[in-house]
Amino acid sequence: MNQESIQLHINGRKFQIATEPNRLLLDVLRQDLGLTGTKRGCDDSSCGACTVLIDGEPQMSCLMLAVSYQDYEITTIEGVADGSRLDPLQQGFCVEGGAQCGFCTPGMILTAKHLLARNPDPTDEEINQALSGNLCRCTGYTQILASVRRAVELLREAQLQEAQLR
Amino acid sequence: MSLNPAFVPNSGNGANRSPLGARVPMVDSVDKVTGAGKYTDDLALPGTLAGKILHSPHAHARILSVDTSAAERLPGVHAVVTGRETPVKYGILPVGHDETIFATGKVRYIGDNVAGVAAESESVAEEALRLIKVDYEVLPAYFDPEQSMRAETNLIHDEKPRNIEKEYHHHFGNVEAGFAEADYIRDDRFECAEVTHAALEPHSTLAQFDPSDPSDPSDPEGSVTVWSSTQVPYYLMRTLAATLELPEEKVRVIKPLVGGGFGGKSEVIPLELAAAVLARQARAPVKITYTREEVFYAHRGRPRQIVELKTGVKRDGKITAVEARIIQDGGAYCSYGVVTILYSGQLLNAMYDIPNVKFDGYRVLTNKPACGAMRGHGTVNSRFAFETQLNMIAEVLGIDPAAIRRRNLLQPPCMTVNGLRVLSYGYPECLEKVVEQSGWKRKYGKLPYGKGIGLAGSHYVSGAANAIVRSEIPHTTVDLSIDRSGTVTIYTGAAEIGQGSDTMQVQVVAAELGIGLNRVKIVAADTARTPIDLGSYSSRVTFMAGNAALAAAREAKKRILAAVAHKLATTPENLAMEGEHIVCRDPAWRNLSLTFAEAAEEAVLAVGSDGTLRATGSYSPPASAQGGKYKGAGVGPSPAYSYSAQTAEVTVDPETGEVKVDRIIAAHDCGKAINPLNVEGQVQGSVWMGLGQAVQEEMMWQGGRLMNPGLLEYRSASTLESPPIETIIVESNDPEGPFGAKEAGEGSLAATIPAVVQAIHDAVGVWITSLPVTPEKVLRALEEKRRREELSH
Repeated sequence: MNQESIQLHINGRKFQIATEPNRLLLDVLRQDLGLTGTKRGCDDSSCGACTVLIDGEPQMSCLMLAVSYQDYEITTIEGVADGSRLDPLQQGFCVEGGAQCGFCTPGMILTAKHLLARNPDPTDEEINQALSGNLCRCTGYTQILASVRRAVELLREAQLQEAQLR
Repeated sequence: MSLNPAFVPNSGNGANRSPLGARVPMVDSVDKVTGAGKYTDDLALPGTLAGKILHSPHAHARILSVDTSAAERLPGVHAVVTGRETPVKYGILPVGHDETIFATGKVRYIGDNVAGVAAESESVAEEALRLIKVDYEVLPAYFDPEQSMRAETNLIHDEKPRNIEKEYHHHFGNVEAGFAEADYIRDDRFECAEVTHAALEPHSTLAQFDPSDPSDPSDPEGSVTVWSSTQVPYYLMRTLAATLELPEEKVRVIKPLVGGGFGGKSEVIPLELAAAVLARQARAPVKITYTREEVFYAHRGRPRQIVELKTGVKRDGKITAVEARIIQDGGAYCSYGVVTILYSGQLLNAMYDIPNVKFDGYRVLTNKPACGAMRGHGTVNSRFAFETQLNMIAEVLGIDPAAIRRRNLLQPPCMTVNGLRVLSYGYPECLEKVVEQSGWKRKYGKLPYGKGIGLAGSHYVSGAANAIVRSEIPHTTVDLSIDRSGTVTIYTGAAEIGQGSDTMQVQVVAAELGIGLNRVKIVAADTARTPIDLGSYSSRVTFMAGNAALAAAREAKKRILAAVAHKLATTPENLAMEGEHIVCRDPAWRNLSLTFAEAAEEAVLAVGSDGTLRATGSYSPPASAQGGKYKGAGVGPSPAYSYSAQTAEVTVDPETGEVKVDRIIAAHDCGKAINPLNVEGQVQGSVWMGLGQAVQEEMMWQGGRLMNPGLLEYRSASTLESPPIETIIVESNDPEGPFGAKEAGEGSLAATIPAVVQAIHDAVGVWITSLPVTPEKVLRALEEKRRREELSH
């Protein structure tokens, strides 16, 4: 198959690559760009491990052709921390045990990031609803819920501090 | 590897706080939340080829011929390997060497491995697989164990008559006398469907051959490095050496991050050997990563099990005898099967005081993927049957389910009737805790129709007291090195698979040396660099690697304190290590201000060598924990057992048969929680996996074809089907565990299932004896109950 030259906008950077038009975004991220934080856990969009944000919306990169996403801002787990400062969700997943084997974690964090961007104070039900497309086989989800709750608290504290500074 | 505390709040890294019993994040958690951590499929070497495996389309067939010529001619193909080139047999158990890398002569299940290809891309490799021509003579196949046990012809393995892999017949005490003494005897048949691990990371292996060194006559074959998603790097190294016919020192296995195991990566999986064989032939690195469907067929999960169970009790609930006939549908190869069938009998009675026990166990071969070890190995289905029957008996006799368990407790320290040594026993406390927290007395038998509560217990080994391959070497060894800056590095063969192995060892060493976690680094699971550990299975790591790490830290501490004592002209007994400092009881040194780093430097200088102080610790289980002398006595013994008691609350819809689990409370005796955060995570994960087996998960077979080889079809629960799981940690402080610790990662799974089944009975009055408890089974049982009640009116 002929290669096409495409440009992808990922984590605030531009990447110019040549690839076949039938390549999945998941494979281009992992194999061509070395962004291996996006995981493949299944082959049929069952598990959500390959979740990335497309203009802020969580989508499964195992269902997406890379060539079709040239005009979108793509965020992978590698783009979530602010330099050496972890995102509150990343901190939450560390301190509340949300990541055991860690394989579902990137997808969980990106999905939760979208939730908290829309709804900074979600109920447990809203969190569970939002994460229901991301499977985990380790935790039973209890500590994942606690991790997101912790991130909500950290965000609130950060906002309070910011307000006091003003 | 170690956490930067600036990233993580409340990480408990403060130097003045003991890391023992602290809720510290896993040492690799930052790598996991940033995506920086590398799993096997994330690795790539220059020129890596894609490996693919041709699987059998037949459940049982003779291979008449394999023609690979067209595949070999396809541009981009670098290697094609079949069973002709891979004749060496292997298997995880010394008594079960019945597999070859690629099939020789016969295929025994749909999915069996026939040939492998390495090519420049996955699509070329797949095209090459299509070009391989295999002529099969299809043979009659066996799918049901009870039918398979009657086979006389077309045996799955010629040397296994009646397709029985192994049978055991144990009799302890005198069951005839026990049943004669009983006031009430029950006989029930239980059936448990086959379930699988479905770890989220599909198995993956990357193999690279280094060509032989022409100047070194001892190196004619070259050497191989294998990165793999394994729970058992050491056994993988040995099996690679055996099947590739290389000396062990020419094989290096490195375990990157592993995305969950649950037992599915606790033996050598065919792709691990196939990648290495292909890499050798292709003279290039080869990576194979299974598709999710291949993961399901690779399996090695929990077998379908039939339990015919008979229990006799006195009127007060005291058990007088137990007799079990257990059949396991093991699939086409031995795998861990001999151990699985033994566990199903050996641990059946061992959490209670039962004087008379009889066990007949049959591990049966069928033409399906091999079953193996899965979380709670061998014990789960037997525990479901036993605890359910105990609850049935309690109901008939009008005894509270908690009371009937109290009536049958062990009195440790003791030996069970089948020779298992029990020292610490937190089970009574687990029972009391869940009864109290659940409001059991208020609820049991008193909730409105459709709502119910159930109670059950379980236990599990903290590592097997006898190694798979019997030898004199310790079960695990941990090395420490301390440099003059006071940095401590742990070298361990123990395999972190997401359960917290690395973090546990870092905490143990830091606690013993009285230092902060940031001072401790860990290098793990690289057979060329780290000492031997047998692997992450049978919940052995905390007890065994934890004890070895503790022994190594004690040795290092002794040397450091000796050097400091010499310098201060005092005795080591006057010295202690805490809060990153050396503390001295000698009045002359009351105001001593000596940091750990300074003391380490002193000790390093005293050693006078290469600037590093080294210490080693190892662990082997004591002879008193190794069990009896009868055939099969080696499986079941452990230096310590964990215990769990649980309550489950459910809502059953009598119109649809749907069961909703509302709440689980799990009390787990882990001896001592080195890291309560991780203990809770392990217990919750176990309970959740038990819930999956109780009400959702099932490998659905049509003949030898799996009908649901996907995570959605297999019904792995999402957040929406997963209830809150409350955990209670019980600390019985095992006298031989590291700081008193025992296992936490498996033992809670088994109690969940019978607790849910009893809750369903409490809700709607029917006993479901077949897993999983589907709405259809509930409706059928309710219908039968209605019919019985109509007849009796």
